[in-house]
Amino acid sequence: MSEPRRTLAGGQKSRRAHPLVELTRSRLLEFLREPEAVFWVFVFPVLLALALGIAFRSKPVDTLRVAVRSGMPGEARIVAMLRESPGLTVIDLPADKADRALRTGKVDLVVEGVSVAAGANGEPLAVTYRYDTTRAEGRAARLATDDVLQRALGRPDLLSARDERVALPGNRYIDFLIPGLVGLNLMGSGMWGLGFAVVQARVRKLLKRFAATPMRRSHYLLSFMLSRLVGLVLEVAVVVGFGWLLFGVAVHGSLLDLAVVSLLGALTFAGVGLLVAARPRTIEGVSGWMNLVQLPMWLFSGTFFSYERFPAAVQPAIRVLPLTALNDALRAVINDGTSLAENWPALLVMVLWGGISFAVALRLFRWQ
Amino acid sequence: MAVRCTGLVKRYEDLVAVAGIDLAVRPGECFGLLGPNGAGKTTTVEILEGLTAPDEGSVDVLGYRWGTGHDHNLRERLGVQLQETQLAEKLTVGETLRLFASFFSRARPVEEVIRTVGLEDKRQARVGKLSGGQKQRLALACALVSDPELLFLDEPTTGLDPQARLNVWEVVEAFVESGGTVLLTTHYMEEAERLCDRVAIMDHGTILSLDRPAALVASLGAEQIVQFELRGDLDPSALATLPGVGSVAGKQGSFRLGVRRMGEMMPALLSELERRGLVLESLTTHQATLEDVFVHLTGRALRDE
Repeated sequence: MSEPRRTLAGGQKSRRAHPLVELTRSRLLEFLREPEAVFWVFVFPVLLALALGIAFRSKPVDTLRVAVRSGMPGEARIVAMLRESPGLTVIDLPADKADRALRTGKVDLVVEGVSVAAGANGEPLAVTYRYDTTRAEGRAARLATDDVLQRALGRPDLLSARDERVALPGNRYIDFLIPGLVGLNLMGSGMWGLGFAVVQARVRKLLKRFAATPMRRSHYLLSFMLSRLVGLVLEVAVVVGFGWLLFGVAVHGSLLDLAVVSLLGALTFAGVGLLVAARPRTIEGVSGWMNLVQLPMWLFSGTFFSYERFPAAVQPAIRVLPLTALNDALRAVINDGTSLAENWPALLVMVLWGGISFAVALRLFRWQ
Repeated sequence: MAVRCTGLVKRYEDLVAVAGIDLAVRPGECFGLLGPNGAGKTTTVEILEGLTAPDEGSVDVLGYRWGTGHDHNLRERLGVQLQETQLAEKLTVGETLRLFASFFSRARPVEEVIRTVGLEDKRQARVGKLSGGQKQRLALACALVSDPELLFLDEPTTGLDPQARLNVWEVVEAFVESGGTVLLTTHYMEEAERLCDRVAIMDHGTILSLDRPAALVASLGAEQIVQFELRGDLDPSALATLPGVGSVAGKQGSFRLGVRRMGEMMPALLSELERRGLVLESLTTHQATLEDVFVHLTGRALRDE
C-alpha cells in the first residue's frame, strides 16, 4: 500500500493527526495485537457467563427434595402421602445417610418420627422436621411438607386459592449476573489494561522518551481514557449480546442509558487505573496494588451475589465503592429499566471516583 | 552557543554522579562526551535535555533555561535519543514514527525520515521484530522526525555490530553535514574520533580534558604507543631516558611507552634490554588514540570489561 506522495520544503508541515488521536490509535493497536489481552477482555467474561448461566439456570420443574427416615413408625404411610404432591421428591433414607444428604444439600428436609406410639390408623401422632433454617429451600420444604401431611390427615382448606405462575425473564440468577459481569469486566479491563500498559512503558523508559518530546502530558493520560471508550463498546456489547442471545437477558431500560452508564464506568476505572499506575516502577509492584484495590470490590460490590447480604453497618462503605455504584446503575438500566435520573447517587459516586483519581494521577505521575 | 552549562552538580543518595561540569557546544558541531560506564555521561545529558534537574549549576539550551516557561518550544527544536529506550514492540516502524511526528508542530514527513535512516523495507515491520541495529536506527529516526536543530544521542551504537554502527554513524554525519548540532555520549573511542569535532573525556563525574580528538591525542606527546612485557623487572626511569620516548607508564615488567620517533626508540630499547639481560615476553605497537589519552589521564582502560 502506498501513501500519497508528500512534497517537502523547509518548514512545510506534513499532514498529521492530533497527538491525542495518534496516542489513542497506538494504544488500541497495541491492545488488539496482544492476544492474551483480547482473551481476558472479550472471551473470558463470555465463558464465565456461560458457565454460571448453566450452573444456575432456573429449572422449570424444580422440586423440593424430602427424605423420610427409614424405619420410623408409619414410614410407608408418610411416604405415600408425600408422593401425592407433585412439588416434592421423596426418598427413603436411613438416619445416617439422611443427615449426610441434608448436610451436603442433596435433600432440603428430613422427616423423622418422634412419637413412637401409633394412632388409630397406624400413623404417627407427631413428626419432626430437620432442615437448615438459613436455606430458603429448607424453609420452603418445611412449609410444603407440613401442608401436604396436614391436608392428607384431613385439615380442611378454608380459603380457595388459585396459583398464577409467573416465570418471566428478569428475576433469574442470570439476569442478576449479566449486569454484574459487565461491571466487573469494565473494572478489570480498565485497571489491568491501563495499569500494565503504563508501568510497562515506564519500565521500558518509553515514558521518559515521551517526556523528552513536546507531547502534552495530559494528552498521554487522556489517550488511555479515550482508548477505553472504544474498547468498552465492544466489551459491553459482547457480554450483553451474549446474555440476550443465549439466556434472553433483556435490557429493560434504553440502550442510550446503558451506553451512558458503561461509558461513565469505563472512565471511572480508567481514572482509578491511572492512579494506581501513577507511581509503581515494576510490573510486580503495580500488580500488587491492582489486586489490593480490586479485592474489596470483587468481594463486596455485588457482582455474583447481592451485597445486601452483608451487615447493615458496612452497607454505606460498600455503596461508595465505584464497582458497587456501577453494578447498581447497570442493574437499574438492564433489569429494572429505571431512568438515569433515579440513579443519580450511583452516577455521582462514579464521577467523583473517576474525576478525582484522574486529577491526582496527573499530579503524582512518575515519568521516569 | 547551542548548549552551555556551568558548575553542573548532581548527587544521588550515595554518589555524586556529576561533580561540577562546564561545557559549551557550538552550533553546527558534533560534540562528544567520552568516558567509561558510570562516568556520569548519561546524567549530564539528561540534565541538558531537561529530564533531570541538577542540584547545582545552570544550563542554557538554544538560549533558554529549562523550567522558565520555554520548555515546550525548546522540546520542539530538539531531537533526543535516550539510552535503552524500548519502543512499543507491537507497533510498526511507520506507526511509531507517525506517533512521534504527531507530537511536533513542524515534523518531517514520516516517509522521508524512514529513508534517512534506511528503514524503507521495514516500514510495515513490528518494532519487536527488528534487529538491534534497526531498532537503534528507528530510535534515531524518532529523534530526527522533529527536524531538530540540536540532537542528543546517548550511546547511540552501544551493543551494535560494526556494520550497524557504521549505518548509525552515516546518519549522524549526514545530520551534521546538513547544519545540525549534535551532543553524543559514547564509550567507544573510534566513535568519538570519527564523529566528533570536539571531545570531552569524562570520568567520575568530571571532565578531565576537552579538545579536538587530534589535539587530545597530540597532547600525549606521542604518535605511537608501545606496550611490552618483560620476564623480570625494570626501573621505569631507565626507559624515560631512551631517545624518542615521550611518556612511560607501568611497572612490574609491564610497560606502556608513548613514542615520538619509533625509528630511534626501538633499537635503543632492544639494546637496553639486552644489556640488562631481560627477555621480552610480548611487544605490540599501535597508533596513539583517544583510548591512550584516557589511559594516560586515568591509568585505566576505557572499556572496563
